[in-house]
Amino acid sequence: MSVIKTPNGYTLDSSGRRVVVDPVSRIEGHMRCEVNVDENNVIRNAVSTGTMWRGLEVILKGRDPRDAWAFVERICGVCTGCHALTSVRAVEDALGIRIPKNAHLIREMMAKTLQVHDHVVHFYHLHALDWVNPVNALKADPKATSVLQQSVSPRHPLSSPGYFRDIQTRIRKFIESGQLGPFKNGYWDNPAYKLPPEADLMAVAHYLEALDLQKEFVKVHTVFGGKNPHPNYLVGGVPCAINMDGDLSAGAPLNMERLNFVRARIQEMVDFCKNVYLPDVIAIASFYKDWLYGGGHGAINVMDYGAYPKVNYDKSTDQLPGGVILNGNWDEIYEIDPRDPEQVQEFVAHSWYSYPDESVGLHPWDGITEPNYELGPKTKGTRTNIQELDESAKYSWIKAPRWRGHAVEVGPLSRYTLAYAHGVEYVRNQVDTSLAAFNRLAGTNLDVKTALNSTIGRTLARALEAEYCADMMVDDWNELIANIKAGDTATANMEKWDPSTWPKEAKGVGTVAAPRGALGHWIHIKDGRIENYQCVVPTTWNGSPRDPAGNIGAFEACLLNTPMERPDEPVEILRSLHSFDPCLACSTHVMSEDGEELTEVKIR
Amino acid sequence: MTETFYEVMRRQGISRRSFLKFCSLTAAALGLGPEFAGKIAHAMENKPRIPILWLHGLECTCCSESFIRSAHPLAKDVILSMVSLDYDDTIMAASGHQAEAIVDEIVEKYKGNYIVAVEGNPPLNEDGMYCIVGGKPFVEQLRYATEHCKAIISWGSCASYGCVQAAKPNSTRATSVHKVITDKPIIKVPGCPPIAEVMTAVVTYMLTFERMPELDRQGRPKMFYSQRIHDNCYRRPHFDAGQFVESWDDEGARKGYCLYKMGCKGPTTYNACSTIRWNEGTSFPIQAGHGCIGCSEDGFWDKGSWYARLTDINQFGIESNADAVGGGVAAVVGGAVAAHAAVSAVKRAANKGEE
Repeated sequence: MSVIKTPNGYTLDSSGRRVVVDPVSRIEGHMRCEVNVDENNVIRNAVSTGTMWRGLEVILKGRDPRDAWAFVERICGVCTGCHALTSVRAVEDALGIRIPKNAHLIREMMAKTLQVHDHVVHFYHLHALDWVNPVNALKADPKATSVLQQSVSPRHPLSSPGYFRDIQTRIRKFIESGQLGPFKNGYWDNPAYKLPPEADLMAVAHYLEALDLQKEFVKVHTVFGGKNPHPNYLVGGVPCAINMDGDLSAGAPLNMERLNFVRARIQEMVDFCKNVYLPDVIAIASFYKDWLYGGGHGAINVMDYGAYPKVNYDKSTDQLPGGVILNGNWDEIYEIDPRDPEQVQEFVAHSWYSYPDESVGLHPWDGITEPNYELGPKTKGTRTNIQELDESAKYSWIKAPRWRGHAVEVGPLSRYTLAYAHGVEYVRNQVDTSLAAFNRLAGTNLDVKTALNSTIGRTLARALEAEYCADMMVDDWNELIANIKAGDTATANMEKWDPSTWPKEAKGVGTVAAPRGALGHWIHIKDGRIENYQCVVPTTWNGSPRDPAGNIGAFEACLLNTPMERPDEPVEILRSLHSFDPCLACSTHVMSEDGEELTEVKIR
Repeated sequence: MTETFYEVMRRQGISRRSFLKFCSLTAAALGLGPEFAGKIAHAMENKPRIPILWLHGLECTCCSESFIRSAHPLAKDVILSMVSLDYDDTIMAASGHQAEAIVDEIVEKYKGNYIVAVEGNPPLNEDGMYCIVGGKPFVEQLRYATEHCKAIISWGSCASYGCVQAAKPNSTRATSVHKVITDKPIIKVPGCPPIAEVMTAVVTYMLTFERMPELDRQGRPKMFYSQRIHDNCYRRPHFDAGQFVESWDDEGARKGYCLYKMGCKGPTTYNACSTIRWNEGTSFPIQAGHGCIGCSEDGFWDKGSWYARLTDINQFGIESNADAVGGGVAAVVGGAVAAHAAVSAVKRAANKGEE
């Protein structure tokens, strides 16, 4: 039983040595990963586990649907706001509320700000240390680093030898103190690190630059939503009213000064993505040109609901169009309908939940979340001190969502694969140009499908998406100004604010292209209160345990067949897992009081 | 005074010779070559940065995200120069057993001289296995890490009061830190999340003055939590003048009138949003047009809708007056509350847990 063939085409061999990584750090939330490595230290079996469970959906039951955004926003403070946006969309969908154009544009700018911010922080602060060795940066020649910086990105102003010398001095003082802080116990002498010292120093400098700049990006949220993390949203539009003229406009939420302030922050995002983030990803990747592991479902089985419509409520104008691609066939894109009970379903055969019949999946409007923490017979350790999990039984707080039974990957790589396959011109240009730059630097000749279906491809797609979102925000801002100039200052539609105007019963869906992938919320409103609320989130798709048929999810798939330099220093595991930007608080938010079925819902 | 690393080692019976050997090994382990051993020894013999273990329970990481938004001081300066953030799941390089080893090392080497910052909270149901770290319940890590710490910082409303996962019916039994750890000084810094500069100010105050800031009866630093949002709101003159937003996006909303009638919880929320504001003073919720939802108050999730006009301030006599006149009474009551808080705080200077 040590070798299993999964229906989705993977071979799992658990005969080798088991390596456990818990906690998996530099992610949002709590996660555990176990792998089996063979005698050559190649990963042959992977087990990914969500190790926290908070429960927000049952907390929502019986509450005012107009309040839901704030509760679900607290699913995640990292991708802050995307759950709130999904929530107001779901409520508006259920109640038939259409928001004004200004509100749409403001929400778009908030969503894209989040995208840029989240991707930048992910790359520099959560992912870079898998590739960049800060200790090695001490050996760099600051002059050579300056030359490297100017060749990689001629437009970035912070590139003088003196600048890099100052950074190096600071890092040297830090490391010589013997107190390494967040760098403590890193795997700094592991030969898996390949960058020359000059590139390490450049990347460390950008780690610090990004840390300073990210706090500027989010100020767009602060203007429109009052704070970040956790800006405010509103069912029916946005709370920030517009007043460009006359008395008291200086105290208005939005006026000329505020909009100029936003425009300046957008420009910072555009500049940083183009001059630092994207060039860094390509430059660093070129030193890892042989590290083409970590593809798994990436660019092969991918899904997204589609995002960023030019015309609100018209999915055909989505600038990153959605759909599903299966088996790597980019020529055939299946349409996705989140309302169809046959399409999006969640399974719990290997999750710490119970269904009456665990061989079937449930659509979110029919969702049941009955906790059931139990370990399989082959678990090593005890109930409260797990040494090794038994993946043949239940082993994760994450459910297993599937699209028509298929395990799919979601996220920037999926969106970019879909957009490329759809022929979106901007995306095709970006992908082709950056791949050419990579091939030139690395001296390789990789084609698009090979390059994207990898850990590095996933990391590149995220950088490209950040650049695209920053550019799209410029359009949104211009359109907002043009709309206000044309005399439209409406920001909220209050026709159906009062619950007495609502139908006795209503159901809705909201979807968003969250930083980590396709996000959907399903709501059922009854007598003005929330009857049922279900979220199927990106990391639930990617981090899912096995389903009843034995299909493995994207995290587990991406780790297979990766060689490790030193299995006890799991930098290769971290590389591939981090390339998804895991968000475990998002994926493990569901619960039901005392295991009761939340509700019974009939599908129309 | 914080002992230096070297002093701690000497106290524990480590010889100078062993100490220097340790420095050489450290230098070698870091790939720095033998010439760095002396520099490491020098650093360790001098003032160490205070170690901080930043633990994560049930949470959404908004507190960490807020922390890195700090502008003065910059988060990077806090992390590189002021403290030694030796353990923090969210940003640390190490994972797995190398990560767990750091907690052991700090607890052992810095006994009584390190700070534990907690973001999120422990769930107690299901033997604590709703939050697992290293195969064990998070609450175990929390107890272990805090046993020998100098003080605990409860970041945000999760650690301070339970926050969203503890909202009714709280099936995981998510429990605030002070109800689990009852024998350590705890500073609560509530808010969902707290304001970035409030977070770094609490840390830098402790480092600068080598003591805890003055706390109120709930264990919050008085410097940031002794006034209500309403007391310093820039829309307060509209409240006093009886000028209110009556509906979203109405004329009053555009003119920045008071949001009290839209459910604003500013009159009952103690926080520094209207003075320090958010994200380097850029704005705060009321300035951006939405009422305060009261996120730094205990149990704010279960106090009614964001859009329901305040009803639980009847005891202060505001409700009957606000619609017609304004907040003359509120100011008087606010002063009384603050005075009461001050008296209570003196009694609770040691802050030995709530119950």
